[in-house]
Amino acid sequence: MFEEIGTTTEGDLIINVGPQHPATHGVLHLVITLNGETIKKVEPHLGYIHRSIEKMCESLTYRQFIYVTSRMDYLSAHINNHACAMCVEKGMQIEVPERAQVIRVIMDELTRIASHELWWGAMAMDIGAFTPFFHAFREREKINEIMEETCGARLTMNYYVPGGLMADLHPDFQKKVKEFIVLFKRKIDEYDELVTGNIIFINRMKGVGFLSKEDAISYGCSGPAARGSGVNSDIRKLYPYAVYDKVQFDEVLETGCDSLARYMIRIREMKQSIRIIEQLIDNIPEGDFQAKTKAVLKLPKGEFYTRVETARGELGVYIVSEGGTTPYRIKFRSPGFSNLSALDHMARGSKLGDLVAMMGTLDLVIPDIDR
Amino acid sequence: MLLTSAFLIPCSLFKLQKMWSLTDISSAIHNWLNQTFNPTWALIIEMVIAGIAVIGLFAVLGLVLVLMERRVAAWMQIRLGPNRVGPFGLMQSMADTLKLLVKEGMTPDGADKFLFNLAPFIAMMVAMLLMAPIAFAKGFQLWDMNIGVLYISAVSSIMVISILMAGWASNNKYSLMGAMRSGAQIVSYELSAGLSILTIVVLTGSLNITDIINAQADGWWVFKGHIPVIISFVIFIIAVTAETNRAPFDLAEAESELTAGFHTEYSGMKFALFFLAEYINVFIVCAIGATLFLGGWMPFHIGHWEAFNHAMDYIPSSVWFFGKTFFLIFVIMWFRWTFPRLRIDQLLNLEWKYLLPISMFNLLLATAVAILGWHF
Repeated sequence: MFEEIGTTTEGDLIINVGPQHPATHGVLHLVITLNGETIKKVEPHLGYIHRSIEKMCESLTYRQFIYVTSRMDYLSAHINNHACAMCVEKGMQIEVPERAQVIRVIMDELTRIASHELWWGAMAMDIGAFTPFFHAFREREKINEIMEETCGARLTMNYYVPGGLMADLHPDFQKKVKEFIVLFKRKIDEYDELVTGNIIFINRMKGVGFLSKEDAISYGCSGPAARGSGVNSDIRKLYPYAVYDKVQFDEVLETGCDSLARYMIRIREMKQSIRIIEQLIDNIPEGDFQAKTKAVLKLPKGEFYTRVETARGELGVYIVSEGGTTPYRIKFRSPGFSNLSALDHMARGSKLGDLVAMMGTLDLVIPDIDR
Repeated sequence: MLLTSAFLIPCSLFKLQKMWSLTDISSAIHNWLNQTFNPTWALIIEMVIAGIAVIGLFAVLGLVLVLMERRVAAWMQIRLGPNRVGPFGLMQSMADTLKLLVKEGMTPDGADKFLFNLAPFIAMMVAMLLMAPIAFAKGFQLWDMNIGVLYISAVSSIMVISILMAGWASNNKYSLMGAMRSGAQIVSYELSAGLSILTIVVLTGSLNITDIINAQADGWWVFKGHIPVIISFVIFIIAVTAETNRAPFDLAEAESELTAGFHTEYSGMKFALFFLAEYINVFIVCAIGATLFLGGWMPFHIGHWEAFNHAMDYIPSSVWFFGKTFFLIFVIMWFRWTFPRLRIDQLLNLEWKYLLPISMFNLLLATAVAILGWHF
């Protein structure tokens, strides 16, 4: 299974990055073939955090399996839940109340900002700047507080249920979100001053990890990784769900195809997320937060597929139902797995230090890749 | 002549005595020893006192700088930093050192045991040797040799041997890569650092540290040396940051790529020696920078403002020296907690394509300034 770790016959050095290594935020294992400092091959090894989530879901009911999916891409927990809830609603043909739809979009966008904030801090840490990590966490903490008040949890929220939401909003929610918007608009410029405008940073990112538009499509990249190569891949625009077709926002596209483009995409996406929240926060319609559903959900026999845009890209949920209370088969199409597959192509010929920057810009969350 | 004392930092900041210096104490000890013992024994005892003073200073500076780094980092990162052990966390480094002292010093199988254990001691020895020619206060220098600047340049190059030795002997691929990076880096940046020091040597006409400081009695070189000295000061700060393996040039221990670089396999006190040596090296390069460019222990004087100059003279010389040094250390720490890390090819490009040609032209310019007497 593993190559003999050492030097190859050509005298190249093989080193292991991971599973326990500060460069991989999680238990990803990369076997890297090096010629001096230059990368010849990168081979990701998965399986260190495989929890058989898809198999586990087959023994859980349609209400229960949503909670497991918070543990996949734990930084987009709300959005994962959204995809699953939508898939069940599609099968059961449940009409979700307008209020729940709007709250879901606000929560999704807050999650996206929180995820991108953590990415921004970790990304800067990957290329050697420590301070941004703490600055990012300062603002992320505010989002976590908002989530905690309404959902009762800070990371794996489990707020969405088939047919709507688990509970209504906390009374302070709107006030706190508005406060956060004001704060964040000021802080995002600070981020640009601290990292984006830095000449060392730009030199480290520009022209590094080139992924052409064709390659991005053929590797199945999605999310910021694909949009950095100019591929229109925003599910919120292409296949609008919830109330995304009623709000004004731009699909962020960059044509640099390099690490800097992928970095700029996420920074600009945070601004778009704020724009979406601003439009919705004062217009949350009154009404039920949950549709009336049967106590036991039974999906009709058939196949159901929904997709959403997580902070990392396209998440697809595919349910095969035999008509019972549990799914017959579930498959998740996770964005991280496809994005990771492009790493070898991007990294060949670049320096070891750049590999870390590339992994940073792909925004890998290992439990999402390795379910 | 060997001037020593165990009291390095003056006891009284407020003692208003003109040019309060430690010369009196050191010459008193020197005289007393020579009266009591025969000259040979007096010399040996003075050497022992000097050795103890250096080791003591080494330990104290190491602990203070580690704490300072952590507090500066915390301040920049909106944290509190260590504040539990002792007042304001002052004892934190002591507690850490104690912990590292009682830890088992492991040597990995397959490591070259002799070289592996020798490397941290070489790092520490180099740091200690570099303390010899530094003037901590007026007339307070361990060894006022006539080739002080040359000695510093020569001895600081030995540091790379300990890093290469550690990287090679660890039998670890991360360590080896860290050591190779460090070797390339230190050897390259030595050139710029050396050339920027040379501008001051050219302007002063001496390699002696005391002469260089005395030449700045009427103004620090950075003020009276015109553009060449300012350029060489900037290059010096960049080059020594790289030479001491500090961020943004900390490629030798780039933690996101190489875990901990050349000291990945080190633990316990052997790691602590590397760690302390790094901080002492930072102190020493900043002390050299302060001595050459900012006048060492010389007070700040402005032309003919007699009252102002007089007031400045009341501040003890050691306070001037440590103040300037710690200011430069703060700047280097500021770099570390602000900038991302460079890539190895960018690092070498910066040196060979930009800093080295600029320093060479700058040296010519400084020579012209010195010959024509354009400086103040």
